[in-house]
Amino acid sequence: MGLRDIGLVLFFAAIIALLGLVPKIEHAMLGGVPITAQGMGVTLAGILIGPRKGALAAIVFLVAVAFGMPILAGGRGGLGVFTGPTAGFLFGFVPAAYITGVVFQSLSWRMGGFLAAFLAAFVGGYVVLNLIGIPVMAWLTDKTVREAVAVAAGLLPGGLVKALATAVIVYLMAGLEPVGRR
Amino acid sequence: MISGYLSQETWLHRVPAGAKLLALAGATMLVFPVQDWRLLVLGLLAVLVLFASAGTAALRRIAVLKAFLPLLAIVLALHGLTGDWIAGANTILRLLMMILLADLVSMTTTMQQMMNGLMPLLRLLRPLGVHPDKVALAVSLVIRFVPVLGANWQARAEAWRARTGRRPSWRLVGPFLVETLRMADQVAEALDARGFARHTCRG
Repeated sequence: MGLRDIGLVLFFAAIIALLGLVPKIEHAMLGGVPITAQGMGVTLAGILIGPRKGALAAIVFLVAVAFGMPILAGGRGGLGVFTGPTAGFLFGFVPAAYITGVVFQSLSWRMGGFLAAFLAAFVGGYVVLNLIGIPVMAWLTDKTVREAVAVAAGLLPGGLVKALATAVIVYLMAGLEPVGRR
Repeated sequence: MISGYLSQETWLHRVPAGAKLLALAGATMLVFPVQDWRLLVLGLLAVLVLFASAGTAALRRIAVLKAFLPLLAIVLALHGLTGDWIAGANTILRLLMMILLADLVSMTTTMQQMMNGLMPLLRLLRPLGVHPDKVALAVSLVIRFVPVLGANWQARAEAWRARTGRRPSWRLVGPFLVETLRMADQVAEALDARGFARHTCRG
């Protein structure tokens, strides 16, 4: 990793933090899992700066949260969030960014950047994130498998919208800068 | 919010950074389970007393909250839509408290002190291959970049409003991210110019 890569990692960690300022949506059906824009920052990082750097950006972001910076969606922060029911989603940011990046890199030369970004963001930001987040939540809050599946289904529309938004952003950027080459 | 260091010396400047960070982390953990709005109002008052004790210059900094007012209004409105005004008020009180407390710490602590305060915590992780210097530098840079990026977005939104008379469009996101990539390169050059390649990063 060169210095240039480190600069990219730090700026994308800041972008993930900035997206925490977008208000989150809470819904009773989701059992306290908020729909946030923060996951979008994670998938964007994976796509735009690659799997390894994207995952690193997610780690740097989580470290800053742990130090008490109120940059998690809804102005949360501190060590407390890592012990709460949504902790799995937080730790899931790291593999989500990585897998989004891997999927995008393996698809982007087969199809357009838009479609590749949409699929990658959906796999990383919805499938991977929930595969880690929901079991942890179910375990911590004594939910049944059925309830966990209901939560996953409830998050699906938000996941699709966020994947679409990520793809639009990647499409917007692709005209200005080579995407995924950094 | 994050970048405003208060140059005027107050008693909080003399408190070690580690103690302030611990207090901030402790307060965060104490505040989040609280569901009673009366306790939260008391907490907010306590924070304001802390501000007052640091002098009028600190009190004047409460004006930075203006930037958060739209966000807080949206949060309250979203809770209002589901008919849960109490939960909305709780969220806002909690947010105000944490923003102000974090602000108080960053107002009275230089970045250098902040990093030194975090060092003992990071040294515990050294066996895991974590380099405390790198982590401290990375985190402090990220903290600085958040308001920089926010200002960048604001400038674009303002220019957009001036040209079109309409509210900022999602079309601004593309150039904003491209600018971010450029800034990342500039930061890398600046770090290189300051000799960080040799000591801090594997360049």
